[in-house]
Amino acid sequence: MTEASLYLLQQIINGLTIGSTYALIAIGYTMVYGIIGMINFAHGEIYMIGSYVSFIVITGLLAMGSFALPLVLFIALLVAMLIASTYGWTVERVAYRPLRGSNRLIALISAIGMSIFLQNYVALSQGSRDVALAPLISGSVLELGSLETFEVTLSWMQLLIWVVTLVTMTALTLFISRSRMGRACRACAEDLGMTNLLGIDTNRIISLTFVIGAALAAIAGLLLGLYYGVINPFIGFMAGLKAFTAAVLGGIGSIPGAMLGGLILGVTEALTAAYFPSEYKDVVAFGLLVTILLFRPTGILGKPEVEKV
Amino acid sequence: MLELKNVNTHYGQIQALHDVSIKVNKGEIVTLIGANGAGKTTLMMTVCGDPHASSGEILFEGESIQRMSTSQIMRKGLAVVPEGRRIFSGLTVAENLHMGAYFSDKAAYEAQLDHVLGLFPRLKERYHQRGGTMSGGEQQMLSIGRALMSHPRLLLLDEPSLGLAPIIIQQIFEIIERLRSEGVTIFLVEQNANQALKIADRGYVLENGRVVMSDTGEALLTHDAVRKAYLGG
Repeated sequence: MTEASLYLLQQIINGLTIGSTYALIAIGYTMVYGIIGMINFAHGEIYMIGSYVSFIVITGLLAMGSFALPLVLFIALLVAMLIASTYGWTVERVAYRPLRGSNRLIALISAIGMSIFLQNYVALSQGSRDVALAPLISGSVLELGSLETFEVTLSWMQLLIWVVTLVTMTALTLFISRSRMGRACRACAEDLGMTNLLGIDTNRIISLTFVIGAALAAIAGLLLGLYYGVINPFIGFMAGLKAFTAAVLGGIGSIPGAMLGGLILGVTEALTAAYFPSEYKDVVAFGLLVTILLFRPTGILGKPEVEKV
Repeated sequence: MLELKNVNTHYGQIQALHDVSIKVNKGEIVTLIGANGAGKTTLMMTVCGDPHASSGEILFEGESIQRMSTSQIMRKGLAVVPEGRRIFSGLTVAENLHMGAYFSDKAAYEAQLDHVLGLFPRLKERYHQRGGTMSGGEQQMLSIGRALMSHPRLLLLDEPSLGLAPIIIQQIFEIIERLRSEGVTIFLVEQNANQALKIADRGYVLENGRVVMSDTGEALLTHDAVRKAYLGG
């Protein structure tokens, strides 16, 4: 392979890695929007909290010593998912449910308020400076090309992100398409009132979507935290915006759309940073959002909203 | 079985139902007729708790239900076929029916599924098709089938004949009579007054949110004022 194509391959690998985590966060936006038609702007903060919890658990367990690394990571993942889900659930109960049925703008403002609250709450309790974690997973699975020209590497960390994302997305897809509650989620997304008329407590289904979205954001929080090695209380804002862009790109309300949108956005960013000054990657990412909203507001896989008769 | 006592319902400032009292006895077909905007759908939805009655009492099998949430009421043994059918168009016929039996155990679900597919063989043919791809008549059958999946003792039907071809309407009314013979009590809201009164034991006439008349189906069919207003003279 030529040097140029090796370089391109490396960027795609990097882009798919970041894109996977965007996709994990984007699921939370898209599921909530699909059912109650609101944008949960505090969702990025849930991801940030997931990141913090996993850092705390990992540091704690490593300090105690005598645990194998995979076990440490697994425990950290479970604890982060559990705590982030609790936050997701609580945010809905406290800040959104009382406002349901009111103007959409009011719920949106409440979400932004919740986002600022959570940011500052973490900044106050954990400090607002960067927190770093020494790399736990090093080395690479695959090396292509040679050091003299350009070497393509797929690191173990990247592979871990791919595998965890793939497993999570498969599990989610099976849950939504096959299980009784997954079916109820889809029914709610189509007609919340009718689902209620079948005796189903739709409030519980709404809570469930917040819990699932938060758990997936926590997975992304752990993975990205390990990948970058540095977190702070304000990482949720940009990650949330990117994931939101991914959800809109794929078609908000559509779960496969969020997955696809995340990957496309990740790769687009990586390629922009590779061939242009890297500051342009956010310009391109949000430029993509504007373009999509202008020319195909329903996104790639979204269905146009049908007038209900 | 179902009794409404002096029920009032408001949408914000606007009062949609005024002191409505209605009774549906076990095993009956009771119909509610009235013009567009008379409050028929509001009355039916008030029974379901969406919106809630602002005053008065609603009893189902002797239990007062007007303060319960919609989902609680709908688990009591009544089911609704709402106006406009409201099937889940992205879900398959099988999934739609499954949603109707959300709280049934496997045995009850399978027994009721056999029963519903027996009533509507068409749904069997379309079993794995998305609900939204079917014709209006088929969707109406699915909506009724979905409601029956919970094995209700009382079935509320809101304009099941709306927008359907006469031959399909005939079939739907035959099914309603058959359900009654199987022991399901029926409360039927209809604009198609002629057909509804023919199969009904009793009927109520709703005008501007008030019950203005009630009698047996037969008596209403031959009543002069009713004939003039709702049956085309």
